[in-house]
Amino acid sequence: MDLINIVATLIKIILLFAISLTAVAFCTWLERRGAAWIQGRRGPCRVGPFGLLQPVADGIKFFFKESFVPEKSNKFFYLAAPILTLTIPFLAMVSIPFAENLYILNHEIPMRIARFDSGILLVIAFTGLEVYPVMIGGWASNNKFSVLGSLRAASQMIAYEISMGLALLSMILVYGTFDMNEMVRFQEKWMWGCFINPIAALIFWFSIFAETNRLPCDIPEGESEIVAGYHLEYGAMKFALFFMSEYVAMIMASALIATLFFGGYSLLPGFSLVEKGIVALFSIRSEIVNHNLFIIFQLLSIFLKIAFFMFVFIWVRWTLPRFRFDQLMDLGWKILFPLALANVLLMGIVSYFFIYR
Amino acid sequence: MVTKTLNVSRKHEIKEKFYLIAVLQGMWITLKYFCRGFFLWKSYTINYPEEKRNYSQRFRGMHFISYDENKIENCTACYLCQTVCPAECITIIAEERDPLKNPSGVWKEKKPKSFDIDALRCCFCGMCEESCPKDAIKLSRNYELATRTREQAIYNLDHLKREVKGRG
Repeated sequence: MDLINIVATLIKIILLFAISLTAVAFCTWLERRGAAWIQGRRGPCRVGPFGLLQPVADGIKFFFKESFVPEKSNKFFYLAAPILTLTIPFLAMVSIPFAENLYILNHEIPMRIARFDSGILLVIAFTGLEVYPVMIGGWASNNKFSVLGSLRAASQMIAYEISMGLALLSMILVYGTFDMNEMVRFQEKWMWGCFINPIAALIFWFSIFAETNRLPCDIPEGESEIVAGYHLEYGAMKFALFFMSEYVAMIMASALIATLFFGGYSLLPGFSLVEKGIVALFSIRSEIVNHNLFIIFQLLSIFLKIAFFMFVFIWVRWTLPRFRFDQLMDLGWKILFPLALANVLLMGIVSYFFIYR
Repeated sequence: MVTKTLNVSRKHEIKEKFYLIAVLQGMWITLKYFCRGFFLWKSYTINYPEEKRNYSQRFRGMHFISYDENKIENCTACYLCQTVCPAECITIIAEERDPLKNPSGVWKEKKPKSFDIDALRCCFCGMCEESCPKDAIKLSRNYELATRTREQAIYNLDHLKREVKGRG
């Protein structure tokens, strides 16, 4: 690994952090503003133009609040949980490709941070870890309500992990690879994964809601039954980390859905025409510049896809009422799990007879 | 006592049991509302301190005492409002009016020495306004009643005799 690759990796890490955290700030704004629009209200509109600086004001408030640690809590795990909860979704984003390889100074730079041949396994591993900070945080803060919240979170996340994994498995059967770049190329060549395997897309989509604790399944948080949920004893910036991690996990999940089911960084319909038009307009001859321009359009299309799925997260949150706990478990174990199993069998047959014949 | 439960069977069509269609209908409705807010900037709420809602003429807000053209209050301290007040928030102390300070032939021999309304007790029923024979005490349309201290919420005669245009 030479110097350019190291520098490029560092730049990519910084860019990923900067872009995702800015997107988180924007998302908290859109969450509140979108909720207001859906409910016919105004929403935050005082701080800055259209209230866009509201997340900054919130951040300043969080920084200057008193940071306390409950006396009877387990100090180490209490402080470790908010750190872990923000780290893990970022780690899962490491192997998601955002474009084809970029060529700069005769160097090939992959547009993902870590080059794994089996990137999807890394993503599964880290999304599986997402349940731990919730459990640790709830347990270490030594409060019965937060323990109840973390118990609910654990049972829900584990229940949906299974159907999510099975939906992923059926997609892996279709694509025949663990490499996420290859998956995207497959979808470019054939069609988007959601058209090949709509049932898996639906199961995965719903399981993601349960995994990220978003609203139709936000059982871990409940103001009426348990005071707040697993982050009850957390205040100031430590709570803000939990809050941000939810949005980072949403971004990660959106990127994952976009990559697996909606063509990843393959261009949105119409973009290839625009790209060709720009090439013709400026009469670009250089092969490398042409390729890099193509990559910019790929980045644009995956960002648009992620933005759309983030919007759907918010949209669904303010549309659907939440599930009762037993309903959620029924749906997870009695409907989605058998459906996902049957779907794996179906996709095995389909991929054996139609795709890899 | 034995409680009996009765299970009412509701017949659902398959379309209803398959909740996704209902979910999509709901999503469509919220999308419509989202677009209304996003593109047309329509909302049912207002930017409160800058814009204010226009309440009806019959709205009952902060009290005031009307006065004639010589700045002499119409109140004759007849105690009717104090008597009728269900919350007992009106306290009037009457005194005799100086006839020399009573120009333009308005004949009011009594006047309130002090007229206190405890707005924290008041239930804004408007019965004082109804009972007043001189149309002196009235309820304005001002609904911004917040004060910094409890003492400020007890309106004295000076406060009640403020200028209120129309009904405020």
